[in-house]
Amino acid sequence: MLDNATLDTLRRRAFDLRIDSLSAIAAAESGHPGGTLSAIDLLQTLYFAEMNHRPKEPHWPERDRFVLSKGHAVPALYAVLAHAGYFSVDLLPSLRRLGSPLQGHPANFLLPGIEASTGSPGQGLSIAIGMALAAKLDGSPVRVYTLIGDGESAEGQLWEAARSAPRLALDNLCVVLDHNERSQEALGEAPLADRWRAFDFQVLAIDGHDHLQIAGALTAARATKGQPTVVVAETVKGRGVSFMENAAGWHDLAPSREQLAQAVAELRAAQAQLAPSAKPGAP
Amino acid sequence: MGAPPLSTRDAFDDAVARLGASHPELLVLDAEPSSSPRPSKFARQFPERCFRMGIAEANMLGVAAGLSLSGKVPFVCASACFVAGRFDQVRMSVCYSATNARIVGDHAGVGVGEDGYARMGLEDVALMRALPTMAVLQPADDLETAGAVEFLCTHRGPAYLRTTRQRLERVNAEGYRFAFGKGVTLADGKDLTIVASGGTTAGAVRAAELLAKDGISARVINIHTIKPIDVELLARAARETGRILTVEDHQITGGLGGAVCEALADREPVRVRRHGVPDVFGESGPPAALYRHYRLDATGIASVAHELLDRGR
Repeated sequence: MLDNATLDTLRRRAFDLRIDSLSAIAAAESGHPGGTLSAIDLLQTLYFAEMNHRPKEPHWPERDRFVLSKGHAVPALYAVLAHAGYFSVDLLPSLRRLGSPLQGHPANFLLPGIEASTGSPGQGLSIAIGMALAAKLDGSPVRVYTLIGDGESAEGQLWEAARSAPRLALDNLCVVLDHNERSQEALGEAPLADRWRAFDFQVLAIDGHDHLQIAGALTAARATKGQPTVVVAETVKGRGVSFMENAAGWHDLAPSREQLAQAVAELRAAQAQLAPSAKPGAP
Repeated sequence: MGAPPLSTRDAFDDAVARLGASHPELLVLDAEPSSSPRPSKFARQFPERCFRMGIAEANMLGVAAGLSLSGKVPFVCASACFVAGRFDQVRMSVCYSATNARIVGDHAGVGVGEDGYARMGLEDVALMRALPTMAVLQPADDLETAGAVEFLCTHRGPAYLRTTRQRLERVNAEGYRFAFGKGVTLADGKDLTIVASGGTTAGAVRAAELLAKDGISARVINIHTIKPIDVELLARAARETGRILTVEDHQITGGLGGAVCEALADREPVRVRRHGVPDVFGESGPPAALYRHYRLDATGIASVAHELLDRGR
């Protein structure tokens, strides 16, 4: 369980991370703000409250692994890694620039802290399974996390992977679904949570912007034996910026300078109103 | 030649079974259903290091990438045509993620036989060769397969190893030492050079013997490493023999012939005849009949060599 000090820090940092990743997207004049903002609370709870890792020793063999399957949300991950100390936050504005290690989608051989190159939808879970299997073979306590997106949940490979992880009994694997669109359910398909359950995953449904709930689910996943977990995190595209929340068009559109200024002003104002010793809830 | 011919996929199984003890990080992933287990020797010796992933090649390639990123050396066994069909996973998860995954593409070419085009890897070399960092290997016999697999246990970077279903006569002698990136001159000659790889190599050697009876001196080069290709050896052969005939059980587009033409265009442009499956779908039949049909057997290769030489007069 999170202590109040950690929770306060998470809630405060949630605004900084949103500002930094949006600023990078604005500087690049391209990127995916909607799915970046929906993922930030999940990512920072993983890196600041759950995972065992050493930012100054990114290749430490015993580190927990994270694979960003929804690679287009990488500005959120870059911001989290920078705040965690993997590299300087001064590098963030180089996002998508020629010669920058901060590629438009993550490239592991260019940037320490990125575990796998992703961006082709539906591939991250298979890579995470390989890492979790390697840890099992080595008798290592390493845990493996992957963040998957709502859109890529239609990819066939994802369900090949979903079939294989329980058969390999990978209880050191935790999938987090950034359920920000509900695009398949909107078409009348069965809820994704039911499908994961049918594939023999433990399914935990939470509010993906509530740091307490996120940390609680990750703790429950760690305590589960014999079975992998999927955390179905209900999230909001564009979370934290009034004109982006659930608004069509912000999937892959960078904010203008004026729009960025408005977003930053909103986020700073909300951050200033944070009361210490948090109650559940986020930006 | 002496030893009973082996398919290079069985030679691969022998090699990993032999190397498994000294390379504890070596794993094998297999797509086949358990009713036709391959590679079976490795599976018997190291059952805890052999994973039957089911007919789900896309996932298997990604799992191999993840295993490699955690320090393992996984060999992924799948039909070459299905590997080609999962190009996106090879491109992103295996290559762009900088892994040491090894993909063993079995069922190379029309040598597959009766199963027909659906199960023939005929475009795989062209696709794998296009990927940055990917090494592309195609051994011509069991000795070369053993050497290639041993090399791949320690090579850094992704690799594709193309193997055959059909048995291949030995072209190398006992004591053969595999050298990555180096072509092997199997016969010397001065009138033309036949460049072969994998399943067509033994036929190329015999074709040179047939041509000798007609007074034609054919050099034979075996290219087991299609990428990176041995530019120096090929350029010297072009300079010294003036004509090149490439022979492969693969489409003539983008495979060995393409690789040789690209290398020579930069260094030593000469007349090249690309011989292989001539931009058509393969078909069902006994492997030997298919090799005759596509003129990939010794007689066929020799007749194509005659055409190349006649055209030059």
